[in-house]
Amino acid sequence: MHELSITRNIVSIVAERADGRTVKAVRLKVGRLAGVEVEALRFCFGVCSEGTSLAGAELEIEQPPGLGECQGCGLTHELERLVGTCPCGGRLVLVSGDELLVQSMEV
Amino acid sequence: MCRTCGCDEGAKATISDAEGHSHVLPDGSVVSHDHDHDHDHGAGHNHDHDHAERETIVLEQALLAKNDALASRNRAWQAERGLLSLNLMSSPGAGKTTLLERVLRELELPAVVIEGDQETALDAERIRATGAPAVQVNTGTGCHLEADMVYAGLQRLAPAPGSVVFIENVGNLVCPALFDLGETARIVLFSTTEGEDKPVKYPHMFRSADLVLLTKSDLLPYLDFDKERGLEGLRGVAPDAEVLEVSSKTGAGLPQLYAWIRARAAEAAGGSHE
Repeated sequence: MHELSITRNIVSIVAERADGRTVKAVRLKVGRLAGVEVEALRFCFGVCSEGTSLAGAELEIEQPPGLGECQGCGLTHELERLVGTCPCGGRLVLVSGDELLVQSMEV
Repeated sequence: MCRTCGCDEGAKATISDAEGHSHVLPDGSVVSHDHDHDHDHGAGHNHDHDHAERETIVLEQALLAKNDALASRNRAWQAERGLLSLNLMSSPGAGKTTLLERVLRELELPAVVIEGDQETALDAERIRATGAPAVQVNTGTGCHLEADMVYAGLQRLAPAPGSVVFIENVGNLVCPALFDLGETARIVLFSTTEGEDKPVKYPHMFRSADLVLLTKSDLLPYLDFDKERGLEGLRGVAPDAEVLEVSSKTGAGLPQLYAWIRARAAEAAGGSHE
């Protein structure tokens, strides 16, 4: 359940910036291959935000897909797992899909 | 719950050595007191100003930025003292503690150990029996170590310059991969009794490894473990990791491991401010 630690980080980052103002929305970017369960994150957000300036805030989560760039031909392919092979036989290296960011917040 | 450290939610980390215990606050500071009082130091703001207009604040901040910053502090602290720190990770039962017991007896370098487990001080007691100083971090409901816990452990242990700091993470192939502890290198154990598909099932963990140890190699003759398939899967996930086959029981492969550790320890000690 690393989602709990991650959520506490979100609450602490946002509460610090809110500086006492009520937070209405929080926007996150969580890549599909970041190793984080979005549903668990939502659950933890409800629990961790209670009693803070984030209580009741909307949680919007953008989930960019995994993209791998081929080390052989340079083409980019969508990746459903962390590792993959290009049709040309080259190794695909993850270039996006492991993001873990608080993008913005609304107060 | 205490909003400063989340301590009565079962999510606090307790750090204990032979003398007592302490806990870690989110800013990384360490306190050694008991929890009878109500500490409500100002983290919650419940003033409900309901202004009609909304203001968007762009943050673009990494979710783990706080942990990463604390990990950098650990790295700097260790570098000043010429310490090599190794983050050992694996599933429960892959043989981290057994390996450490033998390594500590045979490595011939000053070493300290930070032990991570959800509950009990059993592993730290096993480590202390080898003569090496150890602290136990109990993460409660937490499933991994974080950089602040390691900092607290380092403060308690105060390792001599040039020491090796072994950090035995909570047995778990998922969560510890995400948390930088400020370690110099990551060692992931992959035991022959677990099945050869572990690296492809838990790629986040294995792709972060600098060194992968295939442990319990003495059991290979008795298992259906397909070593070639296991190593092939590992190469797919972690093409740059070094791999050593070891047995804590027979000692096979351990000289190579010691050479690997000594080379890195010398590098770390050489980089310190004398």
